[in-house]
Amino acid sequence: MSDKNLENTNTEYKPVHTNKVGGSPFKGVTGWIDNRLPIFRMFKYEYLDFQVPKNLSYLWSLGGILMICLIFLIVTGLVLGMHYKPSSSEAFESVEKIMRDVNFGWLIRYMHMNFASFFFIAVYIHIFRGLYYGSYKEPRQLMWLIGIVIFFLMMATAFLGYTLPWGQMSYWGATVITNLFSAVPFVGESIVTWLWGDYAVGDATLNRFYVLHWLIAFGILGIVIFHVIALHIVGSNNPSGIEPKDTRDTVSFAPFTTSKDLFAMLIFLFAFVIITMYAPNYLGHPDNYIPADPLVTPAHIVPEWYFLPFYAILRSIPDKLMGVIAMVSSIAILGLLPWLDLSKIRSSVFRPIWKQFVFLFVLDFFILMYVGGMPAEGIYLLIGRVGTAYWFLFFLIIAPLVSLIEKPLPMPNSIHEFEQWKKLGKIKTFKLF
Amino acid sequence: MPENNNNSDKTNRRDFLTVATTAVGAVGVGAVVWPIVNQMNPDASVKALASIEVDLSKIKEGQEITVLWRGKPVFVKRRTKEEISNAEKVDLKELKDPQPDNKRVKKSEWLVLVGVCTHLGCVPISGKGEYAGGWFCPCHGSHYDSSGRIRKGPAPTNLEVPIYEFVGDNKIKLG
Repeated sequence: MSDKNLENTNTEYKPVHTNKVGGSPFKGVTGWIDNRLPIFRMFKYEYLDFQVPKNLSYLWSLGGILMICLIFLIVTGLVLGMHYKPSSSEAFESVEKIMRDVNFGWLIRYMHMNFASFFFIAVYIHIFRGLYYGSYKEPRQLMWLIGIVIFFLMMATAFLGYTLPWGQMSYWGATVITNLFSAVPFVGESIVTWLWGDYAVGDATLNRFYVLHWLIAFGILGIVIFHVIALHIVGSNNPSGIEPKDTRDTVSFAPFTTSKDLFAMLIFLFAFVIITMYAPNYLGHPDNYIPADPLVTPAHIVPEWYFLPFYAILRSIPDKLMGVIAMVSSIAILGLLPWLDLSKIRSSVFRPIWKQFVFLFVLDFFILMYVGGMPAEGIYLLIGRVGTAYWFLFFLIIAPLVSLIEKPLPMPNSIHEFEQWKKLGKIKTFKLF
Repeated sequence: MPENNNNSDKTNRRDFLTVATTAVGAVGVGAVVWPIVNQMNPDASVKALASIEVDLSKIKEGQEITVLWRGKPVFVKRRTKEEISNAEKVDLKELKDPQPDNKRVKKSEWLVLVGVCTHLGCVPISGKGEYAGGWFCPCHGSHYDSSGRIRKGPAPTNLEVPIYEFVGDNKIKLG
């Protein structure tokens, strides 16, 4: 370009700010660091001053509890990994060595096992909370979807982890679940062989499952961070389902929510300690203390308790491919709920008909869980089919239909009015404690 | 040089570079991804597992043995006359995966099957289920008959017959 062209360009120069140092509410060393790396102000704004609805019940403590579970699982898993050997000839014995020889190995392994179960207990209550109070509705749909991704990953990593002790249930659980992929038309068998690295579940399978168990665990941690960032943008829902309007409706996260959550965590951990100390294998299966044997399938093969409802759905469909599709969609369908439930009202407190169906759905979950642990025959098969039918009807028919025909109860205008109505007995709410 | 790009009908130098860069890039990415994907398939030592020979002389009529072949159980069963006739007289129209018994055996007395349920891979239990001389899978309730054919339950196909041959009257070679 010539100089002449440069002179002719009639450009207004916009200022740039590549250097964003400053703006910290802190002084001294904290301020100096915060001006350059804004972690302290983030903590202050998002965790100390953060405004949350003042009427959150203990059901809103599950998020924090889940975070504690995840951290404990990662820490105990990290130290177990220092003693465990991921090979088909050594895995079972190395787990027994952890139980008998490693200092506090029994405690660390029992904690890891039971935190996995308690993680699922907490996540099921957490999902119920979202379902009952309509936390999946505008503007929280994306958060709900991220949550479902986390749930899928939790199931994957729990399954992979259960394979590692290389007992009979480990081996046959791994066989059955990886064989689900063989239902894929044409390429199914190749996919399964590729997953196994062998023509049956074996040494190569165990080794890669160990790596993937770690990978997905940290993947969950990463996606949980997205879940929490999204929460801090859209804000917490609350039992009234009404968005906070002014400071009469909210409290600061610290100390109000933190102290409430801490109490809930203590109750939760108390239950955890009781199980871990007095019945550490109650939630597991005794067959997993028999070393893996590729020639003998246990007579009653059942997955871990937290998979039972979905296992029941798989078994209630007599066709292989359709069974697998039904099982996967029974979870994925949760992701469609924000668009299937057309009601603008979030909280079931104001939705007398929907509320009944939600409770029926919870009952269905437990019935399917029971059926999933029973043999696949006779009356159990029938109950499983009815339960599966309701599961899908709930989302595909009941949710849109009820939201169209239901006449909601009169609603207060704000959260503080909601609380006044509660005191006056004008609203009946679901109370956990 | 914006005026050069105004003529969109004509292929110009930039279009060529875009296509060429994309094509080379795609080949490069593929060349890196394929080894990373393919390393998960069975390795050379697994594929090299030799075929095995099974001695049949000690198996009595009605008895069945299980041998491990390529990490999977293989059932070798010496069928009774009743089991053979039951398997042969079945109307093929009743079957989910129609296959006559004589297509599943080399000698009607000897039934050789991969002992892996075609539903989700459990090992079926011999002598259980609703069909005499058949198998029952405890995992999800598939019933197989005395020819290893699926008769009831979620399994889509019959129990697989492995590649084998008789290398003598009382010996077979699997694989």
